[in-house]
Amino acid sequence: MSTLSPLWPLSGGLLIGLSAALYLLLNGRIAGISGLAASAFGWSGGGPRTAAIAFLAGLVGGAAFAQAFIRPAEMVLTGSPALLILSGLLVGYGTRLGSGCTSGHGVCGLARLSPRSIAATLIFMGTAMATVLITRHGLALV
Amino acid sequence: MSPSRLLSALACGLLFGAGLVISDMANPQRVLAFLDIAGAWDPSLAFVMAGALVPSSLAYWIKRRQARPLLDKEFHIPTSRTIDGRLVGGAVLFGLGWGLVGLCPGPAFAVLITGRWQAALFVGAMLTGMLVFRLVRQSR
Repeated sequence: MSTLSPLWPLSGGLLIGLSAALYLLLNGRIAGISGLAASAFGWSGGGPRTAAIAFLAGLVGGAAFAQAFIRPAEMVLTGSPALLILSGLLVGYGTRLGSGCTSGHGVCGLARLSPRSIAATLIFMGTAMATVLITRHGLALV
Repeated sequence: MSPSRLLSALACGLLFGAGLVISDMANPQRVLAFLDIAGAWDPSLAFVMAGALVPSSLAYWIKRRQARPLLDKEFHIPTSRTIDGRLVGGAVLFGLGWGLVGLCPGPAFAVLITGRWQAALFVGAMLTGMLVFRLVRQSR
């Protein structure tokens, strides 16, 4: 994987933040993808389905647009089918149990200084780092 | 659902998805390189968070001066401040899944554009996890 100029993550981050900012000031809601995904399927207490579906459709469309016209990104997704299923189940169940993911707790929650979101972000980031440490370097550490 | 609210959700989604690809967060290897503190560490994810927090913090600051959002009667923002076992347990399970493959929910939807079976399998499993949570909660 090639190194990346910080300008790309900074400008992409600004767009993600702008999306969260507009969704708050226009629709009055948190731009959290796990919550939106649950709302889109009617699996969440609140949240209108149609708006959630529109947001997710936009997300896929925006990604396709940027990939085609702005920055053709490598998207290297590796892992056995069993690992992908296990990981997907954990991400889906865990984000619903913990009421949010990297966007809802990370971007939106940190921005509004929510103590719950700050705790959640530290915990899921720490757990993810520990997981990578074990899966990539576990044998070397023993 | 008013058309303006739908259109606004679509536009916000477009910005979000473009941001994921431009920032390279739709590339699980870039995310794993950030999480891999003992390897060839890549700070990109920190730059994404820094960039994202500028407009979103500003918006939450503006929000405190607004009675309601432009397109709805009231804000729908969680008010709980309690750090409970459910929050902690959920964050641990999510972190475990995130670290295994390098995908969180936003990028998971974005990688669907590759058309690869791995992306569809992950998103299918993620949605199944959400459905299982819904069913477990309902049965209580």
